[in-house]
Amino acid sequence: MRNEMNIQFSSLSQNESFARVTVASFIAQLDPTMDELTEIKTVVSEAVTNAIIHGYENKPNGIVYISVVMDEDGYIDMTIRDEGIGIGDVEEARQPLYTSKPELERSGMGFTIMENFMDEVEVSSHPGTGTTVRLKKHLTNSKALCN
Amino acid sequence: MSLAINLEVKKDVLCIRLSGELDHHTAEELREKSSKLIESENIKHIILNLEELGFMDSSGLGVILGRYKQIKQKHGEMVVCAISPAVNRLFEMSGLFKIIRLEPSEENALQRLGVA
Repeated sequence: MRNEMNIQFSSLSQNESFARVTVASFIAQLDPTMDELTEIKTVVSEAVTNAIIHGYENKPNGIVYISVVMDEDGYIDMTIRDEGIGIGDVEEARQPLYTSKPELERSGMGFTIMENFMDEVEVSSHPGTGTTVRLKKHLTNSKALCN
Repeated sequence: MSLAINLEVKKDVLCIRLSGELDHHTAEELREKSSKLIESENIKHIILNLEELGFMDSSGLGVILGRYKQIKQKHGEMVVCAISPAVNRLFEMSGLFKIIRLEPSEENALQRLGVA
């Protein structure tokens, strides 16, 4: 059965923890392994942090949107969206160690971590309208209940 | 869940012990406190004890890399110890083990830097 959740929250850094814990709680219904749960929490943290720092440039009046769809076979489809400044060159942004804000001590590893931990990562962005990151993963070890 | 930061100076070594969650939100406080101490106490080496760290993302890598650059200017060394498999994966992915030495425990790290 398809199961969906949606949340939206202010672009405040204290909400990064709220976002990853909330998504992890929702996905916990599929009985993921500890490793899978850590991967989910990490990628949500990366995408939300990108939205706050880069999309909204650390301004607190933006809104970050998260939508998660999953089914009992362990397929998870997460969308993290902002309506911030957008990314001019998505390919460049996805390069390992690339950062547009080196002065903020960014590691430039956000997208690389998302790609390593997820099965699929899609980034669509247009300058001025915002960025949408879609992350998909199949929980192979999921002992999902078919009820 | 936030981050608890414990800092201890032993000669020219700064021991940074973290417990809780290291993300963009909590990285700022760690950056401020540790970089101030590195300058004021004339710190050369850093031991990073991550035994109690429950979560870290790329913002954590960023702040660690920032401190590494700070002590590299003084020809110091950074040693990380007691890391979880999850944090280990992030270190490997980002190539941090090429510049930061890994030791199993804080005791080993202290010995390595000659202050045990």
